[in-house]
Amino acid sequence: MENERVAFSHGEGRLVARICGEVDHHTARLLRERIDREAFLVRPRVLVIDLSAVGFMDSSGIALIIGRVEVAAEFGGVVQITGATQPVKKLIRLSGIERIQGLTVSP
Amino acid sequence: MKRIINEMKLRLPSRSENEGVARSAVSAFVAELNPTVEELGDLRLAVSEAVTNCVVHAYRDREEGAPAFIYISARIYDNKEVSVEISDNGCGIENVELARSPRYTTGEYGERCGMGFLIMENLCDLVTVKSRVGRGTTVLLRKYLSHGRCDE
Ligand SMILES: Nc1ncnc2c1ncn2[C@@H]1O[C@H](COP(=O)(O)OP(=O)(O)OP(=O)(O)O)[C@@H](O)[C@H]1O
Ligand SMILES: [Mg+2]
Repeated sequence: MENERVAFSHGEGRLVARICGEVDHHTARLLRERIDREAFLVRPRVLVIDLSAVGFMDSSGIALIIGRVEVAAEFGGVVQITGATQPVKKLIRLSGIERIQGLTVSP
Repeated sequence: MKRIINEMKLRLPSRSENEGVARSAVSAFVAELNPTVEELGDLRLAVSEAVTNCVVHAYRDREEGAPAFIYISARIYDNKEVSVEISDNGCGIENVELARSPRYTTGEYGERCGMGFLIMENLCDLVTVKSRVGRGTTVLLRKYLSHGRCDE
C-alpha cells in the first residue's frame, strides 16, 4: 500500500530512516529502495532505522535490516535499530540478528 | 473433549496485498477467545509467515495469469485452542526437514532470510507441514491461549 512511509532526517554523520506502518513482503521492496537511495546519497557513518512507528513486522523486515547492514558497510557505515515496539523486539530476539557485526539494537 | 466454538474458511488470490488481509481476518476471528496482545501478535506473525511463503515460493513457477490461491481454514475451540491451516496448490517442498531448518532459503538474496518456519515454531505450540512436490503445501499452526484473561 502506498501509505507505507519512510521519513528521513540527517546530520552529524547520522541518517535516520523512520519507518511508519507495517513491514511485510508487500511493503518491504519500496522501503528497501527508498532507504538505499537516501543512504547512498548521504553515506552516513550510522544509518539509524527507527521502528517506533512500526506496528507489525515479519521476516521480510529482518531481511531488510540485514540487507541495510550490508549496504552501510559499502561506505564504511553501521546500522542502529531504535524504537522497536514489544512485538518487533520479540521478532528481533527470535531471529538472532543482534549478533550481526555492524548492527546494534537499542533497548 | 474439546468443542469447536467457531470456524472460518477463506480463499484469497496469491498476491502480496493479501498478506495483510489474511493477518487481519485471523486476528478478527480469534478475538472471541480474548487473546492477550502478545498472543494476538504471535498469531498475526505466524500467519503472515505462512501466507507469505505461499505468495513468494509456492507459485513461483506459475505463468502470469494462471490461477493461484491461498486457502485458510481457522478454528477456535472451547479449550482456548486456535488452529489455522494455510494451504496452497503450488510447487510443494522437496525436503521439508531441510526447508524448516533456520537460514535455509531458496528465496532471493537480500529479500528472504530463511527464518519463516523458525518464527512460526517459536510462536506456536505446534507447527506441522505436509507437502507434495507439484501438488502443494499445507501448514498447520496450533496455539493454546492462556486462561489468564477472561471477560466475565
Ligand atoms: N508454501 C511453500 N511452497 C513451496 N516452498 C515453500 C513453501 N513454504 C516454504 N517453502 C520453502 O521453504 C524455505 C524456507 O521457508 P522459510 O519461510 O523458513 O524461509 P524463507 O521464506 O525462504 O525466508 P523468510 O521467511 O525468512 O523470508 C523457502 O525458502 C522455500 O524453499
Ligand atoms: Mg518465509
